[in-house]
Amino acid sequence: MVDHAAKLADHVWSRYDKKEQWTRYAVYLATLIAVVWAIHDIDIFWPWVWDAPNQIQSLGARMWPPQFNTWNAIFNAMLETVHIATLSTLLTIFIALPVSYIAAQNTTPNKATLWLGRFILVSSRSVNTIIWALLFVAIFGPGVLAGILAVMFRSVGFIGKLMGEAIEEIDRRPVEAMQATGASKMKVVLYAIVPQVMPAFFAIIILRWDINIRESTVLGLVGAGGIGVLLQGSIDLFAWQTVATILLAIVFLVILGEAITSILRKKVI
Amino acid sequence: MLEITNLEKRYGRNDPVLKGLNLRVEGSSVVSIVGASGAGKSTMLRCINRLVEPTSGSIKLNGHELVNLRGSELRRARRRIGMVFQGFNLIDRLSVMENVLSGRLGYVSFFQALTRRFPQSDIDRAFSLMERVGIAHYANKRADQLSGGERQRVAVVRALMQEPEILLADEPTASLDPKTSQQIMSLLQTLASEMSLPVLINIHNVTQARMYTDRIVGMRHGQMIFDGAPKEFNQDALDAIYGGIESPEEDGADPEHQTTQEALA
Repeated sequence: MVDHAAKLADHVWSRYDKKEQWTRYAVYLATLIAVVWAIHDIDIFWPWVWDAPNQIQSLGARMWPPQFNTWNAIFNAMLETVHIATLSTLLTIFIALPVSYIAAQNTTPNKATLWLGRFILVSSRSVNTIIWALLFVAIFGPGVLAGILAVMFRSVGFIGKLMGEAIEEIDRRPVEAMQATGASKMKVVLYAIVPQVMPAFFAIIILRWDINIRESTVLGLVGAGGIGVLLQGSIDLFAWQTVATILLAIVFLVILGEAITSILRKKVI
Repeated sequence: MLEITNLEKRYGRNDPVLKGLNLRVEGSSVVSIVGASGAGKSTMLRCINRLVEPTSGSIKLNGHELVNLRGSELRRARRRIGMVFQGFNLIDRLSVMENVLSGRLGYVSFFQALTRRFPQSDIDRAFSLMERVGIAHYANKRADQLSGGERQRVAVVRALMQEPEILLADEPTASLDPKTSQQIMSLLQTLASEMSLPVLINIHNVTQARMYTDRIVGMRHGQMIFDGAPKEFNQDALDAIYGGIESPEEDGADPEHQTTQEALA
Protein backbone atom coordinates (compact mmCIF):
# COMPACT_ATOMS: atom_id res chain seq x y z
CA MET A 1 0.00 0.00 0.00
CA VAL A 2 2.66 2.42 1.09
CA ASP A 3 4.77 1.43 -1.84
CA HIS A 4 1.91 2.18 -4.19
CA ALA A 5 1.37 5.66 -2.75
CA ALA A 6 5.07 6.42 -3.03
CA LYS A 7 4.99 5.39 -6.67
CA LEU A 8 2.06 7.70 -7.35
CA ALA A 9 3.89 10.59 -5.73
CA ASP A 10 6.74 9.97 -8.14
CA HIS A 11 4.53 10.69 -11.13
CA VAL A 12 5.58 14.28 -11.49
CA TRP A 13 4.64 15.63 -14.88
CA SER A 14 5.32 18.92 -16.56
CA ARG A 15 4.64 19.94 -20.14
CA TYR A 16 8.20 21.16 -20.71
CA ASP A 17 11.47 19.83 -19.36
CA LYS A 18 14.16 22.10 -17.88
CA LYS A 19 15.91 22.77 -21.16
CA GLU A 20 12.69 23.58 -23.03
CA GLN A 21 11.62 25.88 -20.21
CA TRP A 22 14.88 27.87 -20.42
CA THR A 23 14.54 28.07 -24.20
CA ARG A 24 11.10 29.56 -23.73
CA TYR A 25 12.39 32.19 -21.28
CA ALA A 26 15.17 33.06 -23.72
CA VAL A 27 12.65 33.54 -26.55
CA TYR A 28 10.49 35.80 -24.34
CA LEU A 29 13.53 37.87 -23.42
CA ALA A 30 14.71 38.17 -27.02
CA THR A 31 11.24 39.33 -28.13
CA LEU A 32 11.13 41.91 -25.36
CA ILE A 33 14.59 43.21 -26.29
CA ALA A 34 13.59 43.50 -29.95
CA VAL A 35 10.47 45.49 -29.11
CA VAL A 36 12.23 47.85 -26.69
CA TRP A 37 15.10 48.38 -29.11
CA ALA A 38 12.73 49.13 -32.00
CA ILE A 39 10.68 51.65 -30.02
CA HIS A 40 13.86 53.26 -28.77
CA ASP A 41 15.43 53.51 -32.22
CA ILE A 42 12.60 54.75 -34.42
CA ASP A 43 12.02 58.46 -34.30
CA ILE A 44 8.48 59.17 -33.30
CA PHE A 45 7.66 62.82 -32.77
CA TRP A 46 5.28 62.31 -29.84
CA PRO A 47 3.54 65.70 -29.89
CA TRP A 48 2.22 64.81 -33.35
CA VAL A 49 0.90 61.54 -32.03
CA TRP A 50 -0.98 63.32 -29.21
CA ASP A 51 -2.22 65.82 -31.77
CA ALA A 52 -3.59 63.09 -34.07
CA PRO A 53 -7.22 63.18 -32.81
CA ASN A 54 -7.45 66.89 -33.63
CA GLN A 55 -5.95 66.32 -37.05
CA ILE A 56 -8.39 63.49 -37.78
CA GLN A 57 -11.28 65.69 -36.79
CA SER A 58 -10.06 68.54 -38.94
CA LEU A 59 -9.38 66.29 -41.94
CA GLY A 60 -12.79 64.72 -41.54
CA ALA A 61 -14.36 68.20 -41.52
CA ARG A 62 -12.50 69.19 -44.67
CA MET A 63 -13.55 65.93 -46.42
CA TRP A 64 -17.20 66.33 -45.58
CA PRO A 65 -19.34 66.30 -47.62
CA PRO A 66 -17.78 64.20 -50.39
CA GLN A 67 -17.91 66.01 -53.66
CA PHE A 68 -19.54 64.12 -56.50
CA ASN A 69 -19.11 66.67 -59.28
CA THR A 70 -16.04 64.81 -60.59
CA TRP A 71 -17.72 61.41 -60.51
CA ASN A 72 -17.26 61.03 -64.28
CA ALA A 73 -13.47 61.25 -64.06
CA ILE A 74 -13.47 59.01 -61.01
CA PHE A 75 -15.60 56.41 -62.78
CA ASN A 76 -13.23 56.36 -65.76
CA ALA A 77 -10.20 56.04 -63.49
CA MET A 78 -11.93 53.15 -61.70
CA LEU A 79 -12.57 51.44 -65.01
CA GLU A 80 -8.91 51.88 -65.88
CA THR A 81 -7.98 50.33 -62.53
CA VAL A 82 -10.10 47.27 -63.24
CA HIS A 83 -8.69 47.02 -66.77
CA ILE A 84 -5.13 47.05 -65.39
CA ALA A 85 -6.03 44.23 -62.98
CA THR A 86 -7.81 42.13 -65.59
CA LEU A 87 -5.28 42.55 -68.37
CA SER A 88 -2.28 41.93 -66.15
CA THR A 89 -3.89 38.84 -64.58
CA LEU A 90 -4.68 37.35 -67.99
CA LEU A 91 -1.27 38.15 -69.45
CA THR A 92 0.44 36.75 -66.36
CA ILE A 93 -1.09 33.33 -67.04
CA PHE A 94 0.99 32.92 -70.19
CA ILE A 95 4.21 33.52 -68.28
CA ALA A 96 3.31 31.94 -64.95
CA LEU A 97 2.17 28.57 -66.32
CA PRO A 98 5.43 27.69 -68.10
CA VAL A 99 7.35 28.95 -65.07
CA SER A 100 5.28 26.81 -62.70
CA TYR A 101 5.88 23.82 -64.98
CA ILE A 102 9.65 24.15 -64.66
CA ALA A 103 9.49 25.13 -60.99
CA ALA A 104 7.56 21.98 -60.00
CA GLN A 105 9.86 19.15 -59.00
CA ASN A 106 7.88 16.45 -60.75
CA THR A 107 7.62 18.10 -64.18
CA THR A 108 10.81 20.16 -64.51
CA PRO A 109 13.16 18.81 -67.22
CA ASN A 110 16.34 19.05 -65.13
CA LYS A 111 18.02 20.65 -62.10
CA ALA A 112 19.02 23.78 -64.02
CA THR A 113 15.46 24.52 -65.14
CA LEU A 114 14.18 23.84 -61.63
CA TRP A 115 16.49 26.47 -60.21
CA LEU A 116 15.74 28.88 -63.05
CA GLY A 117 12.03 28.50 -62.32
CA ARG A 118 12.52 29.00 -58.61
CA PHE A 119 14.76 32.01 -59.21
CA ILE A 120 12.09 33.66 -61.37
CA LEU A 121 9.43 33.01 -58.73
CA VAL A 122 11.50 34.29 -55.84
CA SER A 123 12.69 37.43 -57.61
CA SER A 124 9.16 38.22 -58.72
CA ARG A 125 7.76 37.74 -55.24
CA SER A 126 10.46 39.54 -53.32
CA VAL A 127 9.82 42.84 -55.09
CA ASN A 128 6.63 44.69 -54.23
CA THR A 129 4.24 45.84 -56.95
CA ILE A 130 4.90 49.49 -56.14
CA ILE A 131 8.64 49.00 -56.59
CA TRP A 132 8.11 47.20 -59.88
CA ALA A 133 5.89 50.15 -60.86
CA LEU A 134 8.61 52.69 -59.99
CA LEU A 135 10.98 50.70 -62.18
CA PHE A 136 8.62 50.52 -65.14
CA VAL A 137 7.60 54.16 -64.87
CA ALA A 138 11.30 54.98 -65.15
CA ILE A 139 11.59 52.76 -68.25
CA PHE A 140 8.28 53.32 -70.09
CA GLY A 141 7.27 56.64 -68.62
CA PRO A 142 4.17 57.18 -66.50
CA GLY A 143 0.94 55.51 -67.61
CA VAL A 144 -1.10 52.36 -67.76
CA LEU A 145 1.55 50.24 -69.47
CA ALA A 146 3.95 50.61 -66.56
CA GLY A 147 1.12 49.68 -64.21
CA ILE A 148 0.16 46.56 -66.14
CA LEU A 149 3.78 45.39 -66.28
CA ALA A 150 4.28 46.05 -62.58
CA VAL A 151 1.23 44.04 -61.57
CA MET A 152 2.23 41.28 -63.99
CA PHE A 153 5.76 41.00 -62.65
CA ARG A 154 4.46 40.61 -59.14
CA SER A 155 1.68 38.19 -60.14
CA VAL A 156 4.02 35.81 -61.97
CA GLY A 157 5.60 34.86 -58.67
CA PHE A 158 2.27 34.42 -56.91
CA ILE A 159 0.47 32.40 -59.59
CA GLY A 160 3.64 30.52 -60.56
CA LYS A 161 4.39 29.42 -57.03
CA LEU A 162 0.87 28.29 -56.20
CA MET A 163 0.46 26.51 -59.55
CA GLY A 164 3.83 24.84 -59.07
CA GLU A 165 2.63 23.52 -55.73
CA ALA A 166 -0.60 22.31 -57.34
CA ILE A 167 1.42 20.44 -59.97
CA GLU A 168 3.59 18.86 -57.29
CA GLU A 169 0.50 17.57 -55.50
CA ILE A 170 -1.04 15.68 -58.42
CA ASP A 171 -1.73 11.98 -58.37
CA ARG A 172 1.07 10.35 -60.36
CA ARG A 173 -0.89 7.31 -61.44
CA PRO A 174 -2.79 8.87 -64.36
CA VAL A 175 0.57 10.18 -65.63
CA GLU A 176 1.88 6.63 -65.67
CA ALA A 177 -1.24 5.43 -67.48
CA MET A 178 -0.94 8.10 -70.17
CA GLN A 179 2.74 7.33 -70.70
CA ALA A 180 1.78 3.69 -71.13
CA THR A 181 -0.53 4.57 -74.03
CA GLY A 182 2.45 5.93 -75.97
CA ALA A 183 1.39 9.57 -75.57
CA SER A 184 4.04 12.25 -76.05
CA LYS A 185 5.10 14.43 -73.13
CA MET A 186 2.82 17.29 -74.17
CA LYS A 187 -0.17 14.97 -74.45
CA VAL A 188 0.60 13.45 -71.05
CA VAL A 189 0.57 16.96 -69.59
CA LEU A 190 -2.68 17.74 -71.40
CA TYR A 191 -4.56 14.66 -70.21
CA ALA A 192 -2.97 13.63 -66.92
CA ILE A 193 -1.84 16.92 -65.37
CA VAL A 194 -4.07 19.70 -66.73
CA PRO A 195 -7.38 18.17 -65.55
CA GLN A 196 -5.92 17.61 -62.08
CA VAL A 197 -4.73 21.20 -61.59
CA MET A 198 -7.79 22.87 -63.20
CA PRO A 199 -9.65 23.59 -59.92
CA ALA A 200 -6.51 25.02 -58.31
CA PHE A 201 -5.87 27.09 -61.44
CA PHE A 202 -9.27 28.79 -61.37
CA ALA A 203 -9.10 29.39 -57.63
CA ILE A 204 -5.65 30.98 -57.93
CA ILE A 205 -6.54 33.15 -60.94
CA ILE A 206 -9.70 34.47 -59.28
CA LEU A 207 -7.83 35.18 -56.05
CA ARG A 208 -5.05 37.00 -57.87
CA TRP A 209 -7.50 39.09 -59.89
CA ASP A 210 -9.09 40.15 -56.62
CA ILE A 211 -5.68 41.07 -55.16
CA ASN A 212 -4.66 42.85 -58.38
CA ILE A 213 -7.69 45.15 -58.24
CA ARG A 214 -6.53 46.31 -54.81
CA GLU A 215 -2.93 46.62 -55.96
CA SER A 216 -3.98 48.62 -59.03
CA THR A 217 -5.65 51.23 -56.86
CA VAL A 218 -2.30 52.35 -55.44
CA LEU A 219 -0.27 52.18 -58.68
CA GLY A 220 -1.23 55.75 -59.52
CA LEU A 221 0.71 57.04 -56.51
CA VAL A 222 3.88 56.42 -58.51
CA GLY A 223 2.27 57.46 -61.79
CA ALA A 224 1.47 54.02 -63.14
CA GLY A 225 -2.17 54.62 -63.99
CA GLY A 226 -5.50 53.87 -62.39
CA ILE A 227 -7.50 55.60 -59.66
CA GLY A 228 -4.33 56.33 -57.68
CA VAL A 229 -3.34 59.06 -60.14
CA LEU A 230 -6.54 60.97 -59.36
CA LEU A 231 -6.09 60.34 -55.65
CA GLN A 232 -2.54 61.65 -55.64
CA GLY A 233 -3.57 64.68 -57.72
CA SER A 234 -6.45 65.53 -55.39
CA ILE A 235 -4.27 65.21 -52.29
CA ASP A 236 -1.69 67.52 -53.89
CA LEU A 237 -4.44 70.09 -54.57
CA PHE A 238 -5.84 69.73 -51.02
CA ALA A 239 -9.17 68.80 -52.66
CA TRP A 240 -10.18 66.79 -49.64
CA GLN A 241 -13.80 66.48 -50.62
CA THR A 242 -12.75 64.78 -53.87
CA VAL A 243 -10.30 62.60 -51.93
CA ALA A 244 -13.21 61.45 -49.78
CA THR A 245 -15.22 60.52 -52.88
CA ILE A 246 -12.26 58.58 -54.32
CA LEU A 247 -11.73 56.69 -51.07
CA LEU A 248 -15.42 55.79 -51.01
CA ALA A 249 -15.18 54.67 -54.64
CA ILE A 250 -12.17 52.46 -53.85
CA VAL A 251 -13.98 50.83 -50.95
CA PHE A 252 -16.98 50.25 -53.22
CA LEU A 253 -14.76 48.74 -55.95
CA VAL A 254 -12.98 46.40 -53.56
CA ILE A 255 -16.30 45.20 -52.11
CA LEU A 256 -17.65 44.72 -55.64
CA GLY A 257 -14.55 42.74 -56.61
CA GLU A 258 -14.94 40.60 -53.50
CA ALA A 259 -18.57 39.90 -54.37
CA ILE A 260 -17.83 39.02 -57.99
CA THR A 261 -14.95 36.71 -57.10
CA SER A 262 -16.97 34.88 -54.47
CA ILE A 263 -19.73 34.28 -57.03
CA LEU A 264 -17.17 33.15 -59.62
CA ARG A 265 -15.57 30.82 -57.11
CA LYS A 266 -18.89 29.14 -56.40
CA LYS A 267 -19.70 28.83 -60.09
CA VAL A 268 -16.38 27.51 -61.29
CA ILE A 269 -15.16 25.29 -58.49
CA MET B 1 4.89 -13.36 -79.12
CA LEU B 2 6.65 -11.91 -76.12
CA GLU B 3 10.15 -13.06 -75.42
CA ILE B 4 12.02 -11.94 -72.31
CA THR B 5 15.64 -13.04 -72.10
CA ASN B 6 18.01 -12.60 -69.21
CA LEU B 7 16.18 -9.52 -67.91
CA GLU B 8 17.89 -7.79 -65.06
CA LYS B 9 16.82 -4.73 -63.10
CA ARG B 10 18.51 -3.13 -60.16
CA TYR B 11 17.59 0.15 -58.50
CA GLY B 12 20.70 2.14 -57.73
CA ARG B 13 23.34 -0.04 -56.11
CA ASN B 14 20.89 -2.29 -54.30
CA ASP B 15 20.49 -5.98 -54.95
CA PRO B 16 18.83 -6.61 -58.29
CA VAL B 17 15.04 -6.89 -58.20
CA LEU B 18 15.07 -9.04 -61.31
CA LYS B 19 17.88 -11.54 -61.70
CA GLY B 20 18.18 -12.86 -65.22
CA LEU B 21 14.53 -13.48 -65.92
CA ASN B 22 13.44 -15.56 -68.91
CA LEU B 23 9.86 -15.79 -70.13
CA ARG B 24 8.18 -16.68 -73.41
CA VAL B 25 4.52 -16.01 -74.01
CA GLU B 26 3.21 -17.34 -77.28
CA GLY B 27 -0.10 -17.00 -79.04
CA SER B 28 -3.04 -15.63 -77.13
CA SER B 29 -2.59 -17.24 -73.75
CA VAL B 30 -3.54 -15.69 -70.44
CA VAL B 31 -0.57 -15.92 -68.12
CA SER B 32 -0.75 -15.11 -64.44
CA ILE B 33 2.32 -14.13 -62.51
CA VAL B 34 2.17 -14.91 -58.82
CA GLY B 35 4.61 -14.12 -56.08
CA ALA B 36 4.90 -12.39 -52.75
CA SER B 37 5.11 -8.62 -52.54
CA GLY B 38 8.59 -7.54 -53.56
CA ALA B 39 9.20 -10.55 -55.75
CA GLY B 40 9.57 -8.28 -58.78
CA LYS B 41 6.27 -8.96 -60.56
CA SER B 42 5.37 -5.33 -60.97
CA THR B 43 8.89 -4.36 -62.02
CA MET B 44 8.90 -7.05 -64.69
CA LEU B 45 5.58 -5.88 -66.13
CA ARG B 46 6.74 -2.26 -66.17
CA CYS B 47 9.98 -3.23 -67.89
CA ILE B 48 7.95 -4.51 -70.83
CA ASN B 49 6.44 -1.10 -71.62
CA ARG B 50 9.50 0.64 -70.20
CA LEU B 51 7.75 2.54 -67.42
CA VAL B 52 10.71 1.04 -65.59
CA GLU B 53 14.07 1.05 -67.33
CA PRO B 54 15.62 -2.46 -67.43
CA THR B 55 19.28 -2.64 -66.43
CA SER B 56 20.14 -5.32 -68.96
CA GLY B 57 18.61 -8.12 -70.97
CA SER B 58 16.28 -8.28 -73.90
CA ILE B 59 12.50 -7.99 -74.35
CA LYS B 60 11.10 -8.77 -77.78
CA LEU B 61 7.50 -8.25 -78.78
CA ASN B 62 6.66 -9.99 -82.07
CA GLY B 63 10.30 -9.90 -83.02
CA HIS B 64 10.90 -6.23 -82.18
CA GLU B 65 13.44 -5.43 -79.50
CA LEU B 66 11.97 -3.05 -76.89
CA VAL B 67 14.88 -2.47 -74.52
CA ASN B 68 16.95 -0.06 -76.62
CA LEU B 69 14.09 2.10 -77.94
CA ARG B 70 14.16 5.87 -77.43
CA GLY B 71 11.82 8.82 -77.95
CA SER B 72 9.21 8.42 -80.66
CA GLU B 73 10.23 4.82 -81.34
CA LEU B 74 9.51 3.98 -77.73
CA ARG B 75 6.16 5.75 -77.88
CA ARG B 76 5.23 3.86 -81.04
CA ALA B 77 6.09 0.59 -79.31
CA ARG B 78 4.06 1.55 -76.23
CA ARG B 79 0.97 2.09 -78.38
CA ARG B 80 0.96 -1.64 -79.01
CA ILE B 81 1.18 -2.56 -75.32
CA GLY B 82 -1.99 -2.03 -73.31
CA MET B 83 -1.79 -1.78 -69.55
CA VAL B 84 -4.32 -2.08 -66.74
CA PHE B 85 -3.37 -0.93 -63.24
CA GLN B 86 -4.28 -1.84 -59.68
CA GLY B 87 -5.57 1.67 -58.93
CA PHE B 88 -7.30 1.99 -62.34
CA ASN B 89 -5.27 5.17 -62.99
CA LEU B 90 -8.16 6.98 -64.65
CA ILE B 91 -8.30 10.73 -65.00
CA ASP B 92 -11.04 11.38 -62.46
CA ARG B 93 -12.16 14.78 -63.63
CA LEU B 94 -12.58 13.75 -67.25
CA SER B 95 -15.59 11.92 -68.66
CA VAL B 96 -15.60 8.18 -69.24
CA MET B 97 -15.46 8.78 -72.99
CA GLU B 98 -12.44 11.07 -72.69
CA ASN B 99 -10.73 8.46 -70.55
CA VAL B 100 -11.48 5.77 -73.10
CA LEU B 101 -10.32 7.93 -76.02
CA SER B 102 -7.10 8.75 -74.18
CA GLY B 103 -6.06 5.24 -75.20
CA ARG B 104 -5.67 6.73 -78.69
CA LEU B 105 -3.24 9.48 -77.61
CA GLY B 106 -0.36 7.67 -79.24
CA TYR B 107 -2.16 7.84 -82.61
CA VAL B 108 -3.79 11.27 -82.79
CA SER B 109 -2.14 14.68 -83.15
CA PHE B 110 -1.67 17.08 -80.24
CA PHE B 111 -4.31 19.39 -81.71
CA GLN B 112 -6.83 16.57 -81.98
CA ALA B 113 -6.08 15.60 -78.40
CA LEU B 114 -6.45 19.20 -77.20
CA THR B 115 -9.76 19.85 -78.97
CA ARG B 116 -11.06 16.31 -78.28
CA ARG B 117 -11.69 15.87 -82.02
CA PHE B 118 -10.91 12.21 -82.33
CA PRO B 119 -11.42 10.42 -85.67
CA GLN B 120 -14.91 8.92 -86.08
CA SER B 121 -13.35 5.46 -86.33
CA ASP B 122 -11.90 5.90 -82.81
CA ILE B 123 -15.28 7.00 -81.46
CA ASP B 124 -16.98 4.01 -83.11
CA ARG B 125 -14.39 1.68 -81.64
CA ALA B 126 -14.85 3.31 -78.22
CA PHE B 127 -18.61 2.79 -78.27
CA SER B 128 -18.41 -0.81 -79.44
CA LEU B 129 -15.83 -1.69 -76.78
CA MET B 130 -17.79 0.12 -74.06
CA GLU B 131 -20.92 -1.76 -75.11
CA ARG B 132 -18.96 -4.99 -75.03
CA VAL B 133 -18.05 -4.48 -71.35
CA GLY B 134 -21.36 -2.82 -70.42
CA ILE B 135 -20.36 0.78 -69.69
CA ALA B 136 -21.60 2.56 -72.84
CA HIS B 137 -24.37 4.34 -70.95
CA TYR B 138 -21.74 6.03 -68.76
CA ALA B 139 -19.96 7.68 -71.71
CA ASN B 140 -20.61 11.24 -70.54
CA LYS B 141 -20.35 10.63 -66.81
CA ARG B 142 -17.29 11.76 -64.91
CA ALA B 143 -14.93 8.86 -64.29
CA ASP B 144 -14.92 9.39 -60.52
CA GLN B 145 -18.67 8.82 -60.30
CA LEU B 146 -18.32 5.15 -61.23
CA SER B 147 -17.87 2.19 -58.90
CA GLY B 148 -14.58 0.31 -58.65
CA GLY B 149 -15.57 -2.48 -61.03
CA GLU B 150 -16.91 0.00 -63.58
CA ARG B 151 -13.76 2.07 -63.32
CA GLN B 152 -11.60 -0.94 -64.02
CA ARG B 153 -13.77 -1.69 -67.07
CA VAL B 154 -13.09 1.84 -68.31
CA ALA B 155 -9.38 1.19 -67.81
CA VAL B 156 -9.61 -2.11 -69.73
CA VAL B 157 -11.42 -0.41 -72.61
CA ARG B 158 -8.81 2.38 -72.60
CA ALA B 159 -6.06 -0.21 -72.94
CA LEU B 160 -7.94 -2.02 -75.71
CA MET B 161 -8.41 1.29 -77.60
CA GLN B 162 -4.68 1.13 -78.27
CA GLU B 163 -5.24 -1.91 -80.50
CA PRO B 164 -2.62 -3.65 -78.40
CA GLU B 165 -0.63 -6.68 -79.37
CA ILE B 166 -0.34 -7.61 -75.71
CA LEU B 167 -2.17 -6.63 -72.55
CA LEU B 168 -0.41 -6.18 -69.22
CA ALA B 169 -2.44 -6.15 -66.02
CA ASP B 170 -0.75 -5.16 -62.77
CA GLU B 171 -2.91 -6.60 -60.00
CA PRO B 172 -6.09 -5.50 -61.76
CA THR B 173 -8.37 -6.90 -59.06
CA ALA B 174 -6.47 -6.04 -55.88
CA SER B 175 -8.61 -2.92 -55.23
CA LEU B 176 -11.93 -4.67 -55.90
CA ASP B 177 -14.31 -6.74 -53.82
CA PRO B 178 -14.21 -10.52 -54.40
CA LYS B 179 -17.24 -10.68 -56.68
CA THR B 180 -16.23 -7.75 -58.86
CA SER B 181 -12.69 -9.03 -59.07
CA GLN B 182 -13.99 -12.35 -60.41
CA GLN B 183 -16.00 -10.47 -63.01
CA ILE B 184 -12.95 -8.50 -64.12
CA MET B 185 -10.82 -11.66 -64.29
CA SER B 186 -13.38 -13.48 -66.40
CA LEU B 187 -13.73 -10.39 -68.59
CA LEU B 188 -9.99 -10.33 -69.20
CA GLN B 189 -10.09 -14.05 -69.96
CA THR B 190 -12.89 -13.81 -72.53
CA LEU B 191 -11.53 -10.62 -74.12
CA ALA B 192 -8.19 -12.35 -74.56
CA SER B 193 -9.75 -15.20 -76.49
CA GLU B 194 -12.13 -12.94 -78.45
CA MET B 195 -9.33 -10.70 -79.62
CA SER B 196 -6.66 -13.41 -79.61
CA LEU B 197 -4.60 -11.22 -77.35
CA PRO B 198 -1.90 -12.45 -75.01
CA VAL B 199 -2.49 -11.19 -71.46
CA LEU B 200 -0.01 -11.04 -68.57
CA ILE B 201 -1.65 -10.66 -65.18
CA ASN B 202 0.14 -9.99 -61.91
CA ILE B 203 -2.08 -11.39 -59.24
CA HIS B 204 -2.02 -12.16 -55.53
CA ASN B 205 -5.11 -14.33 -55.52
CA VAL B 206 -3.87 -17.80 -56.38
CA THR B 207 -7.40 -19.21 -56.58
CA GLN B 208 -8.30 -16.73 -59.30
CA ALA B 209 -5.04 -17.35 -61.07
CA ARG B 210 -5.89 -21.04 -61.27
CA MET B 211 -9.46 -20.39 -62.36
CA TYR B 212 -9.03 -17.77 -65.03
CA THR B 213 -5.62 -18.23 -66.59
CA ASP B 214 -3.99 -20.80 -68.85
CA ARG B 215 -0.57 -20.68 -67.32
CA ILE B 216 0.94 -19.71 -64.00
CA VAL B 217 4.39 -18.24 -63.55
CA GLY B 218 5.70 -18.12 -60.01
CA MET B 219 8.32 -15.59 -58.99
CA ARG B 220 10.45 -15.25 -55.93
CA HIS B 221 13.34 -12.87 -55.27
CA GLY B 222 13.43 -11.75 -58.90
CA GLN B 223 13.60 -15.21 -60.35
CA MET B 224 11.12 -17.51 -61.98
CA ILE B 225 10.71 -20.63 -59.87
CA PHE B 226 7.54 -22.07 -61.33
CA ASP B 227 6.11 -22.20 -64.82
CA GLY B 228 3.27 -24.47 -65.72
CA ALA B 229 -0.41 -25.17 -66.17
CA PRO B 230 -2.77 -24.29 -63.27
CA LYS B 231 -3.32 -27.95 -62.47
CA GLU B 232 0.41 -28.45 -61.96
CA PHE B 233 0.46 -25.62 -59.45
CA ASN B 234 0.42 -27.66 -56.26
CA GLN B 235 1.19 -27.15 -52.61
CA ASP B 236 4.92 -27.57 -53.22
CA ALA B 237 4.92 -24.77 -55.77
CA LEU B 238 2.92 -22.58 -53.43
CA ASP B 239 5.35 -23.20 -50.58
CA ALA B 240 8.29 -22.52 -52.85
CA ILE B 241 6.80 -19.17 -53.86
CA TYR B 242 5.34 -17.93 -50.61
CA GLY B 243 6.97 -20.17 -47.99
CA GLY B 244 8.94 -18.54 -45.22
CA ILE B 245 8.04 -15.00 -46.22
CA GLU B 246 4.46 -15.01 -45.07
CA SER B 247 3.25 -12.07 -43.03
CA PRO B 248 3.09 -12.49 -39.21
CA GLU B 249 -0.58 -13.52 -39.26
CA GLU B 250 0.40 -16.66 -41.15
CA ASP B 251 -1.45 -19.01 -38.82
CA GLY B 252 -4.76 -18.82 -40.59
CA ALA B 253 -5.49 -15.13 -40.02
CA ASP B 254 -4.65 -14.13 -43.59
CA PRO B 255 -7.85 -14.58 -45.59
CA GLU B 256 -6.08 -14.80 -48.91
CA HIS B 257 -3.84 -17.54 -47.64
CA GLN B 258 -6.83 -19.41 -46.33
CA THR B 259 -8.63 -19.40 -49.63
CA THR B 260 -5.51 -20.72 -51.22
CA GLN B 261 -5.33 -23.55 -48.72
CA GLU B 262 -8.97 -24.38 -49.25
CA ALA B 263 -8.57 -24.34 -52.98
CA LEU B 264 -5.73 -26.81 -52.78
CA ALA B 265 -7.37 -29.09 -50.24
